[in-house]
Amino acid sequence: METEVKKLDIDIEQERQKAVELIKKQGLRVLVCNGTGCIANGSNEVMEKFRELGADVSILSEHDKMTTVPTGCHGFCEQGVLVIIPDFDITYVKVKPDDVEEIVNSHIKDGKAVERLLYTDPKTGNHVYKNEEINFYAKQTRTSLKNCGEINAECIDEAIAVGGYRALAKVLEQNNPEAVIEEIEKSGLRGRGGGGFPTGRKWRFTAANRGGKSYVVCNGDEGDPGAFMDRSVMEGDPHKLLEGMAIAGFAIGADEAYIYVRAEYPLAIKRLRIAIKQAEEKGFLGKNIMGSGFNFDIHIKEGAGAFVCGEETALIASIEGERGMPRPKPPFPANCGLFGRPTLINNVETLANVPAIIDTGAQWFSSFGTETSKGTKTFALTGEVNNTGLIEVPMGTTLREIVFDIGGGIRNGKKFKAVQIGGPSGGCLTEEHLDLPMDYDNLIKAGAMVGSGGLVVMNEDTCIVEVARFFMHFTQNESCGKCVPCREGTKNMLKILEKIVRGQGEMKDLDTLEELALAVKEGSLCGLGKTAPNPVLSTLKYFRDEYIAHIKDKRCPAGVCTALKVIKINEELCKGCTKCARNCPVGAIEGTVKNPHKINQEKCIKCGACISACPFKAISQA
Amino acid sequence: MSTQTSGVINFKKVDDIINSCGAKKSNLIAILQKVQDEFRYLPQDAITYIGTKIDELSPATVYGVATFYAQFSLEPKGKYEVKCCDGTACHVRGSMPVYTYLTQRFNLQEGKYTSDDGLFSVETVSCLGACGLAPVVVINGKVYPQMTTDAIKIIIDTIIAEENEG
Repeated sequence: METEVKKLDIDIEQERQKAVELIKKQGLRVLVCNGTGCIANGSNEVMEKFRELGADVSILSEHDKMTTVPTGCHGFCEQGVLVIIPDFDITYVKVKPDDVEEIVNSHIKDGKAVERLLYTDPKTGNHVYKNEEINFYAKQTRTSLKNCGEINAECIDEAIAVGGYRALAKVLEQNNPEAVIEEIEKSGLRGRGGGGFPTGRKWRFTAANRGGKSYVVCNGDEGDPGAFMDRSVMEGDPHKLLEGMAIAGFAIGADEAYIYVRAEYPLAIKRLRIAIKQAEEKGFLGKNIMGSGFNFDIHIKEGAGAFVCGEETALIASIEGERGMPRPKPPFPANCGLFGRPTLINNVETLANVPAIIDTGAQWFSSFGTETSKGTKTFALTGEVNNTGLIEVPMGTTLREIVFDIGGGIRNGKKFKAVQIGGPSGGCLTEEHLDLPMDYDNLIKAGAMVGSGGLVVMNEDTCIVEVARFFMHFTQNESCGKCVPCREGTKNMLKILEKIVRGQGEMKDLDTLEELALAVKEGSLCGLGKTAPNPVLSTLKYFRDEYIAHIKDKRCPAGVCTALKVIKINEELCKGCTKCARNCPVGAIEGTVKNPHKINQEKCIKCGACISACPFKAISQA
Repeated sequence: MSTQTSGVINFKKVDDIINSCGAKKSNLIAILQKVQDEFRYLPQDAITYIGTKIDELSPATVYGVATFYAQFSLEPKGKYEVKCCDGTACHVRGSMPVYTYLTQRFNLQEGKYTSDDGLFSVETVSCLGACGLAPVVVINGKVYPQMTTDAIKIIIDTIIAEENEG
């Protein structure tokens, strides 16, 4: 293999300097989050307002110009729209279009921060000015998300200015694919899509088939409900992903690549298309990249809504234009993948970690994390927690730090009950796991998995059995139907769970559930079936008493399951005003004026309309 | 041109789409997506047509693909496509009451996803990736955050009022 150093026809450092100069010309940079979350909260209108006011140059005292920069997701979706002015070292939260004028007049013109738009620490009640001092960010280490929220994703110069494509230039110059693979192996990077397979080893397997046509495929089919880190990278820093793919292509000897993106992410698709075009124009993608002789083309394939396509062989089938059904392995994609050619499939977050590893070194990367799980991991922190959003922490961070420090604890002062991790393939973690260092192996031991990194926090008001039913409904719906144990097993497991939440379960159902779970796990071809029973198994392990309460006592401890709710009128409090009876949509409430009313439990549909209608708080749900 | 009684489709449009994407099996999903954008659903005739037009495919294969993916609909969707996210985060924060409100309001049930006037179609989707804003509803691509039954009612009322004015 030729390994002599190549002279590239561009100097990436010079390009970076040029880009930095360009950005300096923007004057005062006002970063407005333009991720899906903040757009929904009105960030486009906020930007519009800044631009409108920024055109009036006279207001800008020190800066001769102000530029409003739309950025990718900052992760702190809860507090959107986020506005950051780096020169003033300040972060504004929950900004509405009407607030913009005050920010411009008071802060940009007079240098006085607008206190009411600052983040308030829920514990101390103090205003927080700086981004890094907000607890949500303070405990994070952002690698793959590093530039998300700091650069304009639709402008390649902004990416270059922060070191974009430097790692690609480095590997092309050194011209040693083997060394690239070694570096990735040394870094200890493991697949971030769920499985946790060592990335370097996967690269090596695929590279062993070097010579003919081979492909790189990026799995952007982020189907796990409750996970959106890949979306954020694709929307916020698409060039990092493209660079990671090009490096992978160079290492394994591929000249063509596909990014498979779910159709539910239209903004990601749009930004990736722009990024690919810009990179091609710069000569960072396409033919003879940077004069090195290396060719690499990236195409985008839109998914069409099938969870199973996150499985690599199903994804390949889908790119080929077929029903997205998994194929038996072996042959592994590394030997026979897309269009029958050797194919390297990596997830978005995995590839987004590659440029930093090459640029800064494997040693730096592996300084984060635990013995067997290196680097940082993004988690989508959602559910009943104060600060929801996207976070990135070193592997091995405990659940307590994530939920209570970064997440700011449970909302409305409720009690922590459990965390569902890893989506429909994952499991539940409980209070006893709060101090468990989260990495691939520890989570597997606890009966859960890192998965894609969705973390849904649940409080005392969440019914665990209902959650298990929810996930089983999801996997049953998404089972492609190829393997009988998965197709029929999930259906029957769902039936039993539905029976239990309706209050018609029997104790022997629990044994049947466990039996079926085993059959589905053992008898399925792909990860979907192999992991589908996990939520049921882990909740049965940690919350068996809740299942038993539904079955034996016909009671839902969290008061969620409709069929098990009982709504009652307290006769002592009822004044007989008849308001409840008039509000009941099914005429289930009987009684005469000025006499206590009664609910006919057979007719009652438990909608709760009477509870909100009662002026005397005499009606409650048990 | 077909002379069916129920909705004659414009085959020229389908042809243009096939040509713009490239008449290859690997482009099938993209072709179907564009056809659905054009007609708001996948007309049976279009499926058969694509299956005969592309050499590597048969109408049965195209039908197989069209029914496999959740995005494709074989019946016309409403003018307003309402997607209720029922991902985990939305689910635990109360997406189901919002969905139930919509199905009741438009008198929908299993197998019937479009309102009688053809104005609204309602479906659940699993995770739109806006979990920080749960529960989320998307109407024709616009994301509405932190939905409640009261909030969705106002949104639907507004859309209907605009429709009546226009």
